[in-house]
Amino acid sequence: MKKSKYYLFIGFVLAVAMVLSACGGGSDSSSGEGSGDKEGSDGSGSSGKQVFNMIETQEIPTGDPSLATDQASFIVFGQTMEGLYGLDKDDNPVPAIADGEPDISEDGKEYTFKLREDAKWSNGDPVTANDFVYAWQRAVDPETGSEYAYMFDGVIKNASEIINGDKDPDELAVKAEDDYTLKVTLDIPIEYFDSLLAFGTYLPLNEKFVEEKGDKFGTNSDNMLANGPFVLTDWDGSGLNWKYEKNDEYYDKDNVNLDEVNVQVSKKPSTAVNLFETDKTDRTAALSAEYAKQYQNDPNAATFEESSSWYLKFNQKRDGKDTPLANKNIRKALAMAFDKKAYTDQVLANGSVPTDGYVPRGLATNPETDEDFRDDSGDLISYDVDKAKEYWEKGLKELGEDSLELDYLSDDTENAKTTSEYFKNQLESNLDGLKLNVSNVPFKVRLKDTSEQNYDIVMHGWGADYLDPMTYLDLYVTDGGNNETGYSSKEYDKLIDDAKIKYANDPEKRWETMLKAEKLLIQEDTVIAPIYQRGRITLIKPYVKGLEEHLFGPDYSLKNVTIEK
Amino acid sequence: MAKYLMKRIIYMVITLFIIASVTFFLMKFLPGTPFQNEEKLTEDQRIILDEKYGLDKPIPVQYANYMVNIVKGDLGVSFQFDNQPVTHLLMNRVGPSLELGFQAMVVGTIIGILLGMLAAMFQNTWIDYGSTFLAVLGKSIPSFVFAAVLQYYIGVKLQLLPVASWDGFASSIMPTIALAIFPVATAARFMRTELIEVLGSDYITLAKAKGNSRMEVSFKHAIRNALIPLITVLGPMAVGLMTGSLVVEQIFAIPGIGEQFVKSIQTNDFPIIMGTTLFFAFLLTVIILVIDILYGIIDPRIRLAGGDKS
Repeated sequence: MKKSKYYLFIGFVLAVAMVLSACGGGSDSSSGEGSGDKEGSDGSGSSGKQVFNMIETQEIPTGDPSLATDQASFIVFGQTMEGLYGLDKDDNPVPAIADGEPDISEDGKEYTFKLREDAKWSNGDPVTANDFVYAWQRAVDPETGSEYAYMFDGVIKNASEIINGDKDPDELAVKAEDDYTLKVTLDIPIEYFDSLLAFGTYLPLNEKFVEEKGDKFGTNSDNMLANGPFVLTDWDGSGLNWKYEKNDEYYDKDNVNLDEVNVQVSKKPSTAVNLFETDKTDRTAALSAEYAKQYQNDPNAATFEESSSWYLKFNQKRDGKDTPLANKNIRKALAMAFDKKAYTDQVLANGSVPTDGYVPRGLATNPETDEDFRDDSGDLISYDVDKAKEYWEKGLKELGEDSLELDYLSDDTENAKTTSEYFKNQLESNLDGLKLNVSNVPFKVRLKDTSEQNYDIVMHGWGADYLDPMTYLDLYVTDGGNNETGYSSKEYDKLIDDAKIKYANDPEKRWETMLKAEKLLIQEDTVIAPIYQRGRITLIKPYVKGLEEHLFGPDYSLKNVTIEK
Repeated sequence: MAKYLMKRIIYMVITLFIIASVTFFLMKFLPGTPFQNEEKLTEDQRIILDEKYGLDKPIPVQYANYMVNIVKGDLGVSFQFDNQPVTHLLMNRVGPSLELGFQAMVVGTIIGILLGMLAAMFQNTWIDYGSTFLAVLGKSIPSFVFAAVLQYYIGVKLQLLPVASWDGFASSIMPTIALAIFPVATAARFMRTELIEVLGSDYITLAKAKGNSRMEVSFKHAIRNALIPLITVLGPMAVGLMTGSLVVEQIFAIPGIGEQFVKSIQTNDFPIIMGTTLFFAFLLTVIILVIDILYGIIDPRIRLAGGDKS
């Protein structure tokens, strides 16, 4: 090869290198912005500014409350926005933008809210009744494509018709009587309406701002407005870093101590722990089992129970035929044949607690005695190998079989696979003649197979949409959208219907009816086999005070956090 | 050359078209919907949402719409990140992956070539064995194990470099090293084998006979020829590196594209799946073209413009 060609080659390589490094460099400068600020904030943290650094496990999918479905988004709204109601530190709904309790009509259907007149958006506009009217109409409008529109369905009058396209969004029964008076008409009286009002989809929106931004609304922090304690900043729409800064327009800003919160997304728990150990962050997100186990006795570890209930779901009808699980004794045998405590302590080890009921602890209390639903309802089905064997023998005899082969369906995450092994081992060794065919499949496949009832047993979890046992109980009415088991009981349907309609205005009767329903569902019919209520273990520095963790809605509130170094 | 280039570009477009089509139809086999809250949606609501996003139309119609939009340069909007245009997401996410991939590639191949050269020139000495050992190690240890070890010892124990995050050059060092291990190993092995072969060939013997020194012979004649096969493997490896590594990105909390791509498949985020696949395919075809051109320059025996075949 001649020398000239050699140089040509070198030149070409250099040219390619430059083009490529130019791409790299360009992006570096754009992503460098947030990080530069971060260093700055670390420096100023020592000069008396209140700075909190924390880890999240996911990007923010959207900053548009009508479109949000993901916990990561609701956490952001929890810090930056306020609805008519908010949650106090014990998860009780308390008035926020609403100025005190509403006037409720005799029949429990008409609510008149007075709004506080000092609430403002971060651009200085006042928060008015129209902001609620606009936001709610937008959420139920099929054009918006809100996946959480169903939160209004059967709650606010005309919502179902609008969601299904039979009525116009402006027919939704919510009216601004004046700037600070909001009138809402419900379909039926709903006891937990105040907890809905604290939910993300019920947040107000500034009409002028949203319309001005159009499709761009909520796609980055410049295209969002806050009316809560903090403003979201430095979020580019999909990045792994963002910040909360104190909102100077917030009506209660004098009670907000933090000046700045830096959030870093870390999907690997190991990385989060390493950042925590090197003091780069003050709080990790929930730890996975291997770290939770290692740190459960650490002074920095904090455990919290979530409102998410996990259980084995039994399919009674598959391909139009009854499965062996249509037999009640077989279901009971399966539900009693595994050690829940060993499972939560040894396998999960993430702060989850075993449960013998369906509705999680902490969700709702008896209107009369203030007793938790879980305590009122008690242990409905417990681990008991001897009884399980008895039911199993009985069930097999009724079916005329001496062995059974069942399909067990679950996710394909590491954790789910270990879980599958555990349950296969427990059930097969405790119930003679049982063979479980385990399939661990991707999440979307699991959903599809479950909804098409193409399974025998599935590991299933359910989270609360509002603070009332009904968010769990009404799943199993005949042909309910999420029943997915083929379970159909006239008695159960009636109990649910009574609790919803007949006793809508009689909280005590309603409570009793719901207790009966859970008993029937779990103890009598054992439609599902309760396993555990999910918990989380996080690491948090001892100088972080006042972080409120929630069972429902956003995972936590930063409003009252102070850094006491 | 111009004619050749034109031809190659037309082939590239055809390749991309085929990839886009195959991906589109394969993607439609994915179970479930792209909606995040699928489990809690009622049947009616799902129908309404499908209608809104055009998912209710027959697949050929969706396909036609999609292709028309691609030609217009519109890759659609993401489902995971509501209303976020795919092009915007790609632009945000591709940068860090490209940068890391490029750094790893350059560092990795340079070190690899040097190691390979040393090994070949000092064949069967401890230098050779040492570098072969390193190469085997680099091939057999997955980059994420290496990444985790680096993070723990250099980031946590010694606190020399940032544990994670994407904060300018310092934070790119550890992920670059983790990613560079593989190209180091590959380049070193190739270089050694090729160089040994070339050093044994007749023209080298001739060059030596003419009285050139060993160094002179190696650098002037041998290395250039030994590089040719290496270039063949470097191309696809470069694409592999620059399209991002799911695990290394997760360990170092890097906002790259690799992780996003995997997640888009898990969540049925159709527009992102298509956008990323097309982008990767484009990158690969361009690099293959560049390599073909490089061949012609390095090795005159391979002619580009000559003949009708090319």
